[in-house]
Amino acid sequence: MKLKTHFREVEGTSKGYYGLLALLVFGIGLGLLAAALKSTYGHHITGMNNHVVWGLPHVFAIFLIVAASGALNVASIASVFGRKAYKPLAPLSGLLAITLLAGGLAILVLDLGRPDRLIVAMTYYNFKSIFAWNIFLYTGFMAIVAVYLWFMLERRMNAYTTPVGFVAFIWRLILTTGTGSIFGFLVAREAYDAAILAPLFIALSFSLGLAVFLLVVMASFAWTDRPLGDLILKRLKNLLGVFVAAVLYFVTVYHLTNLYATRLHGVEAFILLNGGIYTFLFWVGQIALGSLLPLALLFHPVWSRSRAVIGAACGLIILGGMAQLYVIIIGGQAYPLDLFPGHEASSSFFDGVVAPYTPAAVEWMLGIGGVALALFMVAVAVKFLRFLPESLADDKVDPHHAPQQATGEATTASA
Amino acid sequence: MSNECKPDLSRRRFITGAVGAVASLTVAPGIFLMQTTAQAGTKPGARWGLLINTNVCGDCNACVTACHKENGVSSMNRPTTDAQWIRKVEITDKSTGHTRSLPVMCQHCEHPPCVDVCPTGASFRREDGIVLVNKHTCIGCRYCMMACPYKARSFIHEPLTDQLPHAPRGKGTVESCTLCVHRIDQGQRTTACVEACHSEGNGAMVFGDLNDPNSEISRQLAEYGGTAIRADLGLNPGVRYQGL
Repeated sequence: MKLKTHFREVEGTSKGYYGLLALLVFGIGLGLLAAALKSTYGHHITGMNNHVVWGLPHVFAIFLIVAASGALNVASIASVFGRKAYKPLAPLSGLLAITLLAGGLAILVLDLGRPDRLIVAMTYYNFKSIFAWNIFLYTGFMAIVAVYLWFMLERRMNAYTTPVGFVAFIWRLILTTGTGSIFGFLVAREAYDAAILAPLFIALSFSLGLAVFLLVVMASFAWTDRPLGDLILKRLKNLLGVFVAAVLYFVTVYHLTNLYATRLHGVEAFILLNGGIYTFLFWVGQIALGSLLPLALLFHPVWSRSRAVIGAACGLIILGGMAQLYVIIIGGQAYPLDLFPGHEASSSFFDGVVAPYTPAAVEWMLGIGGVALALFMVAVAVKFLRFLPESLADDKVDPHHAPQQATGEATTASA
Repeated sequence: MSNECKPDLSRRRFITGAVGAVASLTVAPGIFLMQTTAQAGTKPGARWGLLINTNVCGDCNACVTACHKENGVSSMNRPTTDAQWIRKVEITDKSTGHTRSLPVMCQHCEHPPCVDVCPTGASFRREDGIVLVNKHTCIGCRYCMMACPYKARSFIHEPLTDQLPHAPRGKGTVESCTLCVHRIDQGQRTTACVEACHSEGNGAMVFGDLNDPNSEISRQLAEYGGTAIRADLGLNPGVRYQGL
């Protein structure tokens, strides 16, 4: 039996919808205000300095960029791996991929020392720079996913969805490899300089992207009164759990490898034992609240049936991911560069000491602005284009499911 | 009738002359500027570098003060964001307790990581080994600062108004030691830090051409040796240290 999915725009006339838009516009305004303040007064009004040169805006930006490639998972599973059940959600998946990336790039550009020189970044290239590659990877990703969306939404082009989906899938793997390599290629810093950062970022993109995607799906279906069956939700939450476990695996291997090398004991002790906020964020934010608790919630035989629990798990994974990126990006810079191995060093330029960094309000504003921009574009797009299916009730997802719905509930609950 | 056909030669001559004069005035400064640079500039085939003897270098700060005065780098009384092109680092050997003080600045690597990672090519290395930032194409992404193993670079965190003509600086861009490139391009063969080290300090620094075996720096390196900071990274810096 072939299933026909009907897509429909959201009405977008309710007070709730306009309230959401107003909130997101306010968030975008905060971001623009932060950018204006920075370009007027310079970066000294942020918490960033000559020792921690990338701060909270980069945590937000890299979160969004990584989540963007991960948000495309559902579309990839549908068109590359041929799982029909995910097909109705593929357009939303592609849309989120584009908007999250746009939000992340907006933050990165507005945090440049000279955002007015964006045209320079677009016209002068040093092809040995992973950053320059990323400019092509990001713009290319947007273009490919835009074509992919077009092929999905335009019935005449549906036949070509699979090859474009395949290209998009390969491209997103390369893109996240590129993002991880921004850090992996930094030979001088002890917390970076590791090839495993590339696959770690890929796994992270799978988990963060899917967590964001699930939250957006649950919210948009609930707010527009569209039926969302347990079947699709259950599959997605199980997949999310596997991705979270994969991230944990790469994190474990990364730290075990470092712990084996004596020269890296200092940086490992800093992250794992005595790094203050970074140690706290690692163990409490990233590991306990961001990985272990969500895993328990997602795979608990009873709790995981509740949508509130699945939503909470997604929220925790997102917060854990932010904590993880904070530890990687800022913790990695805060730990002093070891210019003179075997020596203690001190200077007026913060040699040999943990670099001070406290995120300032403008950094939060810029980060929130990027997130708001991404969500604003989603909210507007689903009103004017048919991204959301009318129903994802169980019988619309799996034709064989409907007659056994009562028993199916119990058998699939425990994952 | 013949009067009507006769062209107005005086006006034509005037216009031709004026165009010629304007063209000459426009092009000439460029030609003469290039000639001036070519005559006084850097030495072909040279690799400029520094040698610092940490056994002689003391507690003084003369090189730092001189560098920052020369290049118009001033403190904003904000230690975390203040630019420092050169700094004195105190190091203590953990096993012996032996303490030394030495200046650290851009090491002008042969294989500079800052140049590798710069997305626009604003970080570049000249033929004569000096690593610089093109202030016109730096977008202020700070990736070079992430990549530099020596913490040699500073980002300008506030608007500046008191720049010197020979040391362009500006909010939102990255900067570092230029090895006093403005002096070298004028034909001088020393830097502000080395000059101050000899006049006010202990004479611990030597500037010169690493590719010239007869230069003071090459002779000292050949006789006493010299090591690079983080030599393990294989970057072959142009700044060498003795007594490390």
